[in-house]
Amino acid sequence: MSQMHDRGMVESFGRWREFSAGMWAWVFHKLTGWILVGYLFTHIAVLSTAVGVDPGSSAVAAGTDVYTETLGGLEELLVVRFLEVGLLAVAVFHIMNGIRLLFVDLGIGLGGQDRSFYASLVVTGAITVASLPTFLAGAV
Amino acid sequence: MAEHYSSFERGDWRWLLQRITAVFLIGALAFHFVLLHFVNHAAEISFAGTSARMDGLIYFSLMMTFLVTATFHGVNGVYNGLINMGLEGTPKKVVAVVLTVASLALVVQGTRVAFAMAGI
Repeated sequence: MSQMHDRGMVESFGRWREFSAGMWAWVFHKLTGWILVGYLFTHIAVLSTAVGVDPGSSAVAAGTDVYTETLGGLEELLVVRFLEVGLLAVAVFHIMNGIRLLFVDLGIGLGGQDRSFYASLVVTGAITVASLPTFLAGAV
Repeated sequence: MAEHYSSFERGDWRWLLQRITAVFLIGALAFHFVLLHFVNHAAEISFAGTSARMDGLIYFSLMMTFLVTATFHGVNGVYNGLINMGLEGTPKKVVAVVLTVASLALVVQGTRVAFAMAGI
């Protein structure tokens, strides 16, 4: 049977010093979710440069079509490489905390919610740092 | 015996779909990142390479499912977040319509992109 929980004024961000681990997990999950959905719309907009490209054209063979040049041009910008690292961090945290939430929804690991949140942060940090060389290769 | 905890409410199909899409997206998003940043380097991506991947029916189907599930999961998450912040009444209905239209537009445009990439 389901239970409803009154979280109180969760939106009172002025009280952030009083936030528990669960509150921070909630805030970070919302924040990373907003970023990811915003990126999804931006991503499709950028990939829309593929519309109208003739797969059999000489431009595609030479790699000078608008899609290849747009994506290649963006990848040449160092700020884009760092934004990609940020996106990876956001995605990994949302995935890790999302797995944690799925278990919580199933009633599994309710007693270790704080520790699983900290584990999500550690895994996110580790994967992000380990990915830096790959993401920045050729740009710096 | 302790009562089993679940945040599910009977008949709440958006709650259920949010979890089902989450399970799919965990794998799909991780696969997407690994394939396009680690197996293939993002800086070396070309239309020819993208087209070759999208030519495969399994990959194409995966990307189409990824588009639809990510759109639902993301936009439904935004809607839930706004309701959690107190959205109700007429503004809630207006936001629901705006988000539905935005979702449909994104899926239509994403499908056009996928077809262009696959050369269909």
